[in-house]
Amino acid sequence: MTQQPIEAGAVDSTVTRDARLGADGVASGDAPMSREQVLEAYRLMLQSQAIDDLAIKLQRLKRVGLYAPVQGQEAAVVGSALALDPRRDWLVPASREQPAMIRHGLPLVNFFAGYMGRLDSAGIPEGVKLLPRQQAIAAQLPHAAGLAWAMKLRKERAAVMVYCGDGASSEGDFHESLNLAGVMHVPLVVVVINNQYAISTPFHKQTAAQSLASRAIGYGMPGIAVDGNDLFAVYAASDDAVRRALDGGGPTLIECRTYRVGFHNTSDNPNDYREQEEVSAALADDPTTRVERYVLAQGLLSPGAMAQLKVEIRAELDAVQRSVADLPRPEADFIFQNVYDVLPARTEQQRAETVKEDRR
Amino acid sequence: MQEPQTVAAAEDMSILEAIRAALFAEMARDERVLVFGMDVGTLGGVFRVTQGLQQHFGGDRVFDTPLAEGAIVGASVGLAIGGMIPVPEIQFLGFTYQAFHQIGPQLARFRSRSRGRYPMPVTIRAPDGGGVRTPEFHADAVESQFTQTPGIKIVCPAFPDDARNMLSMAIRDPDPVLFVEPQRLYRTVRGPVTVRDDPLPFGRARIVRQGSDVTLIAWSAAVHLCLTAASELQSAGISASVLDLRTLVPLDVAGLVQAVTSTGRAVVVHEAPLTGGFGAEISATLHEEAFLSLDSPVIRVGGRDVPYPPGALEDAFLPTVPRIVSAARKAVEG
Ligand SMILES: Cc1ncc(C[n+]2csc(CCOP(=O)(O)OP(=O)(O)O)c2C)c(N)n1
Ligand SMILES: [Mg+2]
Repeated sequence: MTQQPIEAGAVDSTVTRDARLGADGVASGDAPMSREQVLEAYRLMLQSQAIDDLAIKLQRLKRVGLYAPVQGQEAAVVGSALALDPRRDWLVPASREQPAMIRHGLPLVNFFAGYMGRLDSAGIPEGVKLLPRQQAIAAQLPHAAGLAWAMKLRKERAAVMVYCGDGASSEGDFHESLNLAGVMHVPLVVVVINNQYAISTPFHKQTAAQSLASRAIGYGMPGIAVDGNDLFAVYAASDDAVRRALDGGGPTLIECRTYRVGFHNTSDNPNDYREQEEVSAALADDPTTRVERYVLAQGLLSPGAMAQLKVEIRAELDAVQRSVADLPRPEADFIFQNVYDVLPARTEQQRAETVKEDRR
Repeated sequence: MQEPQTVAAAEDMSILEAIRAALFAEMARDERVLVFGMDVGTLGGVFRVTQGLQQHFGGDRVFDTPLAEGAIVGASVGLAIGGMIPVPEIQFLGFTYQAFHQIGPQLARFRSRSRGRYPMPVTIRAPDGGGVRTPEFHADAVESQFTQTPGIKIVCPAFPDDARNMLSMAIRDPDPVLFVEPQRLYRTVRGPVTVRDDPLPFGRARIVRQGSDVTLIAWSAAVHLCLTAASELQSAGISASVLDLRTLVPLDVAGLVQAVTSTGRAVVVHEAPLTGGFGAEISATLHEEAFLSLDSPVIRVGGRDVPYPPGALEDAFLPTVPRIVSAARKAVEG
């Protein structure tokens, strides 16, 4: 099995600008991002790689339970998230959008606390317009449709961006929520990260269709497929979709065609179901390398500054990780918190017993 | 991959191997048997339970499906009407929620809805249970929710021998079965497996440890917690029986009553939250059927009445051995 050919382009070709960042790091069309935005994207992409490396290392040391890496999907995740204004818009993740969550305001400490079981510190701070990661595939989509609907009803100028995978597109929740979003004409941007796999199941077994973006026609919304490894194409499509949402133009479906270079998660071994050549081909077109070439060619960073940046990013994460390791582990009582506004009496009694047992 | 033996020679297997052996045997026995679900084909399942099946029986009989639990179960109804014997896998029992309507109101009721014309020889396999630090929703032991949708049997093996024989029976059963696989025991519990021509029918509980002071009642992974608790109780001078229910539907009422009558005291253990759990059904049944033989109230030890917590805290939620031991002491000592 080789990777599906990437046919970038809109289903409704009027919906986006032509903006490309090729594998050689050369841009074509109108560069959709400012220098500052490109540098922010580059930093987030590097940070995402560093988080993958660190989290996998910590998982092997049994300090992190399970980790699903972003590797290969950095442009798709970062390029879309950067189209949002975190003070105005909402971000609704699936479970492989780490850099988007951080960019949207999840502090690194809270982020690592979640993975490292320091649950008291792992929440999403008040005011950050971000929902928790979703482990039930596709279940976040109806939530996002409802949230966008609320924005519309309250006449708040805000967009909601929701992520899901190619696998998620097969769930009933996907169809039901996109259809609803179309009917209600809500300010929603659905970003499908088509990384060609759902665990071991390749895209061609997930659907007989060539494109997920083309489903938009059936929901009465614009749909666009972009090269998900192209930061500029992803950003331009996302930026257009967010503007349309803010201007009352309703929802958009964006399919980012990319490739899951790593394992599904730390319990998975992809050698059991795919050929190494396929992975090597994907590795040869690393989205961060594209941006890196562009950054150097445009003189946005000198080689020295770039090397320095990489060191800084890793040092920061390591410091965060060490400070999180010093945080207390949750007490047994934690499981009774935030279950109800007020715990029912019987559950309160269970809480007392559990705390007593825990002390023993 | 070796073909399982169909003769009655005891072989040592893990629960996982026993389930795989049953799938091999039933697929070989009846070409209408199909195995499908997410990642069950090429990969052989996320736990590798179905490893080797696709190579052996081909992609028409063992296949990966799109990620859609409702369609997996709903299509099984149609496949059964069309003459197949579907054995779909739901990757984790917690994701049967996505197929709830197709399991309860559709699959379980189809014999009744079609006035007997379409029995549903469908076996849904799904792993569940805690103790292995899975992500959210992957440990939820929701089997007893389907005791409220009559028409489907609920089979919960705790030993390789039962896993092997009861899965074969489930696949041959003309009625639908939810076959619950204790994920924490997949590779940790090994034991002799004897393939039986006339295995113990569904609805027969089994005493897996004899005692005289109190009866611990469980199914699935909790049976092993009860066995450990029983050993600890032994050192404290309390003799505990352990009754493995093996199936929730049908429920072995006579076996239950007998096992409790012999000790006069009962503790029911399950991983699902206490309130509304199947322990309540057991307790109510004992009060109706064995009230005069009870020396003390039936005690339930369940999961806490909270959402299944993140892995780091699952021991605070689960019925642990110390909780079972103290419940048994309370039953005996008052
Ligand atoms: C409802 C549901 N069914 C099954 C699973 C098990 N599972 C976890 S991830 C996954 C594949 C998801 O694929 P995709 O949507 O493409 O996202 P990706 O992992 O590629 O990011 C599956 C089947 C689940 N978490 N939720
Ligand atoms: Mg995918």
